[in-house]
Amino acid sequence: MTVVTDAATARVYQAHARPAWRRLLLTRETAIIALLIVVIVVALASVRNFDSPLTVTYLLRDIAPILLIALPMTLIIITEEIDLSVASIVGLSSVMTGILTQAGLPFPLAAALAVVVGAVAGAFNGFLVTVVGLPSLAVTIGTLALFRGIAVGLLGTTAITGFPEEWTDLAKANIPGTPVPMIMIVFVILAVVFAVLLHFTPFGRSLYAIGLNKEAAHFSGIDVGRAKFTLFVLSGAVSGFAGVYFTLLYSNARGDNAMGMELQVIAAVLLGGVSIFGGRGALHGVIAGVLLIGTLGSALRLAGITSDIINVITGVLLVLSVVSASLLAWLHQRRSAAVGRRRGRRSAEGGAAGDETHNHASTSHQGRKQR
Amino acid sequence: MAFDADTPGPPHALELKRVVKSFGPVVALRSGSLTLDRGSIHALIGENGAGKSTLVKIIAGLYRRDAGDLLLEGESVDFTSTAQSKAAGIAVIYQEPTLFPDLSVTENIFMGRQPTNRFGRIDRKAMRTEAVEIFGRLGVALDPDRVTEGLSIADQQIIEIAKAISLDARVLIMDEPTAALSGVEVERLFAVARSLRDEGRALLFISHRFDEVFALCDTVTVMRDGSYVETTPIAETTVDELVRQMVGRDVTEMFPKQPAAIGDVVLQVEGLTRTGVFRDISFTLRRGEIVGLAGLVGAGRSEVARAVFGVDTYESGRVVLDGAVLRKGDPRAATARGIALVPEDRRKQGLVLDDGVARNITLTIRSKLARWGLIWNRLENEAARVWASRLEVKTAALDAEAGTLSGGNQQKVVLGKWLATEPIVLIVDEPTRGIDVGTKAEVHRLLSELAQQGIAILMISSELPEVLGMADRVLVMREGRLTAELPRAEATPEAVMFAATAPAEAAA
Amino acid sequence: MSATLTPVQPGTSGASRIVRRIATARETGIAVALVLVIVAATASNPTFLFSSDGFRDLLLTPSLLLLVAVGQAFVIITRSVDLSVGSVVGLTAYLTGRLFIDIPGIPIIVVFAAGVLLGGLLGAVNGVLVAWAKVPALVITLGTMYIYRGINVAWTGSDRINASDLPRDFRGLGTEHLLGIPILTIIALVVLIAAAWYLRNIRGGRELYAIGSDPDAAHLYGLRVSRRIITAFVVSGALAGLAGVLYAARYGTVSSAAGFGWELQAIGAAVIGGVAISGGVGTVWGAAIGAFLLLTINRALPILGIDDFWQRAVVGVLILGSIVLDRLLAVRQHRRLIAQREVDR
Repeated sequence: MTVVTDAATARVYQAHARPAWRRLLLTRETAIIALLIVVIVVALASVRNFDSPLTVTYLLRDIAPILLIALPMTLIIITEEIDLSVASIVGLSSVMTGILTQAGLPFPLAAALAVVVGAVAGAFNGFLVTVVGLPSLAVTIGTLALFRGIAVGLLGTTAITGFPEEWTDLAKANIPGTPVPMIMIVFVILAVVFAVLLHFTPFGRSLYAIGLNKEAAHFSGIDVGRAKFTLFVLSGAVSGFAGVYFTLLYSNARGDNAMGMELQVIAAVLLGGVSIFGGRGALHGVIAGVLLIGTLGSALRLAGITSDIINVITGVLLVLSVVSASLLAWLHQRRSAAVGRRRGRRSAEGGAAGDETHNHASTSHQGRKQR
Repeated sequence: MAFDADTPGPPHALELKRVVKSFGPVVALRSGSLTLDRGSIHALIGENGAGKSTLVKIIAGLYRRDAGDLLLEGESVDFTSTAQSKAAGIAVIYQEPTLFPDLSVTENIFMGRQPTNRFGRIDRKAMRTEAVEIFGRLGVALDPDRVTEGLSIADQQIIEIAKAISLDARVLIMDEPTAALSGVEVERLFAVARSLRDEGRALLFISHRFDEVFALCDTVTVMRDGSYVETTPIAETTVDELVRQMVGRDVTEMFPKQPAAIGDVVLQVEGLTRTGVFRDISFTLRRGEIVGLAGLVGAGRSEVARAVFGVDTYESGRVVLDGAVLRKGDPRAATARGIALVPEDRRKQGLVLDDGVARNITLTIRSKLARWGLIWNRLENEAARVWASRLEVKTAALDAEAGTLSGGNQQKVVLGKWLATEPIVLIVDEPTRGIDVGTKAEVHRLLSELAQQGIAILMISSELPEVLGMADRVLVMREGRLTAELPRAEATPEAVMFAATAPAEAAA
Repeated sequence: MSATLTPVQPGTSGASRIVRRIATARETGIAVALVLVIVAATASNPTFLFSSDGFRDLLLTPSLLLLVAVGQAFVIITRSVDLSVGSVVGLTAYLTGRLFIDIPGIPIIVVFAAGVLLGGLLGAVNGVLVAWAKVPALVITLGTMYIYRGINVAWTGSDRINASDLPRDFRGLGTEHLLGIPILTIIALVVLIAAAWYLRNIRGGRELYAIGSDPDAAHLYGLRVSRRIITAFVVSGALAGLAGVLYAARYGTVSSAAGFGWELQAIGAAVIGGVAISGGVGTVWGAAIGAFLLLTINRALPILGIDDFWQRAVVGVLILGSIVLDRLLAVRQHRRLIAQREVDR
């Protein structure tokens, strides 16, 4: 720690107010990772066949789209926006892949175009939010319907199934010698890119600032509109890619593919410690959140529990995670108020009212809009 | 006149004795005392952090006191909610009125207490009639049917007062009500306050502006560091005496402005116009100069500053910085070219309160700090240390949330953040608003030093003494136009006030 | 003391003001749009309107959505949203069938009560979590949407309620008329009028608008914000419950997919009808007309030559169009109000 000496006084600035272990361990991310480990251990011990390599393969294959989409979704929620249309973009991209393949285009080209369609859809969201100035909740409820509607409108109730074998095989293949699917390579690369982007670049810093105080970010020279627009395009593109993968994995393109996936993505992101109010969160927590939901679902399915019950559990987990965040904040506030009351009584009785630096209670997070 | 708890006679309208309130480890109020009488306008003054705001919130029922007495008409009361204090006849008018923008003026006045008939059905006609009658009594003309969205702050305050009257409030507390008002509106507010006093109500007037306190109030109570200091009738005291009580020491040199070498023109603003906000603004800034921009609130000064810097846009005119035209509406470009703006509202515009001190300081230079496009905590902390120590920011640690700092230290963080960009032009908007006297002097000393280093400074301030003490030249704005440019020698309080208030044609 | 000083401008007499307000009201706009759609569709195929089936379907189908949209309007006005209503409809529809099957001879009124109560209870869960835990309604109702639907599917299994399982009297409610208007529609209209009256004339109703307009101000005013929010969600749930019971009466068959996607349509109907997602504005009349407009357009699509697979896209376009329109109007109004302020000065 360097000490900067002024002519009059030597002021030493510690980097952190709390010791490292408190900073690193007492976080929501750590709690989720711990919970994930607990679930894995319990499942390994009590569910038959959970420890088979096939389980890992199916688990990762199935949650890959959610893992992928959770990456840009985290960034979007950190800037206090939301994108409910991701699943519809997946469906739209899937339909485009099918239609373009059926029309005779070589598959890589069809897939690339489908990703572009996803990016364009994201740009449409971004335009309405940043240029027209509409709330992202309302916009993405509308585009959730619009994009899904286009997907269903294009294909109706039919499904396209003829995809080149080498590609569908690739989607289902594992990394040689392991039960880990190939798609995880793509995911790991993207996860690293997003993690670096969010935690170690000026752009990432600006996202947190935008989420915590949009006005101050603007006054500091941050282009809030451009940042958010970029995130929506990223979300659309990644959803587009997830749509291509989804199509190959199940070898079919349907208008209603991935219906409802937005819940799982958002549930996982919030479970992973990202605050719905913006400005807080980290990617390692989110990844643990996705894996938690996936592992839980996989274990329960193996134990014979039907998917509707699994949906109930996902919903309960989502509700619990946000309620617990509020509960913790409330408890913290009660405790400091109680300390304050004790202090007050002591000082009124003439006891030693310690002389501390005159910090003032701040009122942040005032009037947060409910969304 | 010292505070005497045992004065016999009719009960006071409101009385607080040795009230205490803490928030966690922070003692906001050590010993708050106050005596309000009917038919009086009582001033409450004190620096920021003196505890005035906490006292008011306890009276309003927003907080519960930890210890001490609160007496209403001699009876001890304990409010656990704002509804209770309202029901008891206490009304608070805050600096920023909180109204429902989508609802009508009348509904805003009566929300939650609308008059109803037998079946519980709201009686709209009775509501409207009463609203019109109240406005008549106050002597103001407001359309009771229009939605409150778009109303000026002054009008919104009138609605708040109307609310208080409809509640038949016996105690009205006005918390810095004139902060956002123009001269005419202040006069109207004072007339309303006097008529309320004459009706026998008790008014508490909290303000930083001594001229208003002396013009309107009959008694003044001073607070300092969370404690009661003294109560004096206005007629028996002076500004100096009050400042001494507020600060606890004699105030000597508050504005240590050192002379600085004034160089060539670095900023030229030509014909800047934005309809309805400001018109045909032209001025120059030279290196080493401190130019004051004076005027009443609402004259458009902050808007001009924001337009020059790029946060807001303008319709015509141009800004030339160091010889080249500056792109409008682009704060990032402006920062890169060397302009910095320390904004008016440091909590909402200047700082990210929930983020750490180091993050706040380095927010503007994060790209500069980055190596190979990447940035990490140690880089930020090293840079933050430089500025925090140069400005002597008092903070527990670099990752302490900016919101936990005192007002003065928060302002230092904002200054540090912008000085880190190494600007050649620094615009400061109300640099010492809401700051304790000690830090105020530090900020002035800093600005003086910066000018000596050759930085051009544009200082917007509503405090005349500050402008006159610091500036080499004083620009004055009124209703969106520049009405005067006065060199230091000619800048007298009268000249500035005249330019700020007289109609434009007369000043020409 | 001076007399009343309300400024009087030319053209602002009471009557002309009312006329102007009606003419520019959102509700009028979409009512006109509805009429236009009906005219266009009928011109293309007269049986759209001028057949007993046509007229009945025109009134009948939207009546169920109307109930859910009115409930949704209550919630949106307070600046919240309720994504769980579709699941509530499904649950109560199945409950209706189950009650009639498992308790033969059960009075119809009891079944109605049970459905409305269940819906209200499910809504109360949402309301309590939103109001007390201070968690955004979007997240809570996203969770309960899946919880309730999951419970519904788990309970239903592969079972199905059939028309033959339901008493004829009950089914009659869904298919018979009174003076040419379907009973279902009459029920919906009664609810609509009651809801509109509450929102306009009762303190609790006005407070919902206040809470949506500025939640912080609502707290400072001392309004019982938690209680009102819970009430709004209970209403939304209860109306969805009522819609579920009537769903069984109308369609006779109930599967686990009943009500699927209705939340989106209800939100769409409300938004189209002028209930801004940011809260504080809008009427249940607008939501009701919006429901009619939405479903009538859907019905008119095939007649106008558009494949009805495009229905969902149409909903999306309408929602987006409405919020864009709202934004443009708000910007224009804001500018006008500020300009007026300058003039008054």
